[in-house]
Amino acid sequence: MSDSQAATLAGDESVLVSEAKAGNYAAFEELVNRYEKKIYRLGMNITGSPEDAEDVLQDTFLKAFEHLPEFREDSRFYTWIVRIAVNEALMKLRKRRSSKEVPFEETEDQDGEVLVRDYADWKPNPEQSLAREELEQILRNAIQSLPPGFRTVFYLRDVEGLSTEETAQLLNLSIGAVKARLFRGRLRLREELSKVLKRG
Amino acid sequence: MTFVKCRNAVNELSNYLDGELDEELKMTIQAHLGKCHHCHAVFDTTRKTIDLYCDGKLFPLPEDVRARLHEALRRRAQRV
Repeated sequence: MSDSQAATLAGDESVLVSEAKAGNYAAFEELVNRYEKKIYRLGMNITGSPEDAEDVLQDTFLKAFEHLPEFREDSRFYTWIVRIAVNEALMKLRKRRSSKEVPFEETEDQDGEVLVRDYADWKPNPEQSLAREELEQILRNAIQSLPPGFRTVFYLRDVEGLSTEETAQLLNLSIGAVKARLFRGRLRLREELSKVLKRG
Repeated sequence: MTFVKCRNAVNELSNYLDGELDEELKMTIQAHLGKCHHCHAVFDTTRKTIDLYCDGKLFPLPEDVRARLHEALRRRAQRV
């Protein structure tokens, strides 16, 4: 397939999927090009480890390649690979049970009352008052300080934009558990960021 | 108009931000936020927290990681 043909195909995802299913590797590669950055970001957000995120990225697309004939196209291709990627990332977390990190299933203070310890307002426009790299480092540190169960739900709901129902289904959680983790995750992230961004 | 305490207002924070409150409770929360600077700051900065992550380009894909991905996929495709 020529570059111009690939460009034409790029306009229509379902055509790309059909072509890839028919054995057109260039079409599959175009699908990878579209979503590789998002899948890597998902892996980093859930696992917090560059090595694990690379494994998640590779395993997700290798599995997608192998199981493409089974993809029934009743959802978007991206939704399908996000499901694969989340499962891969959760497996990585479960393998780390022996480490110090809190396992996904045992997220702390799940049922306890949420206390807001810091009511401070922030400095205006942190995006402008801090260097971009400095702000990104602060955001990375804050999200990685959350227990995995919180940051996974926060990432899927608030960054990926999945619905509460989709997130619950993906993570095999109740709707109530997703809402509780999202609430606590948002507040804890805010408190982490407040340490740096609050008015002096 | 019903009044809420700070603790009850904060408990509705997520539902408020997600637009999942019924109109009456939403108005009650808004009235509380209009009077309570502390809660207003918590609601406002939580919304900013979400915005910062949505906007951010955190965790860019390193070029060497991308190259290894495509190499692994090409090797796998050649085996088919």
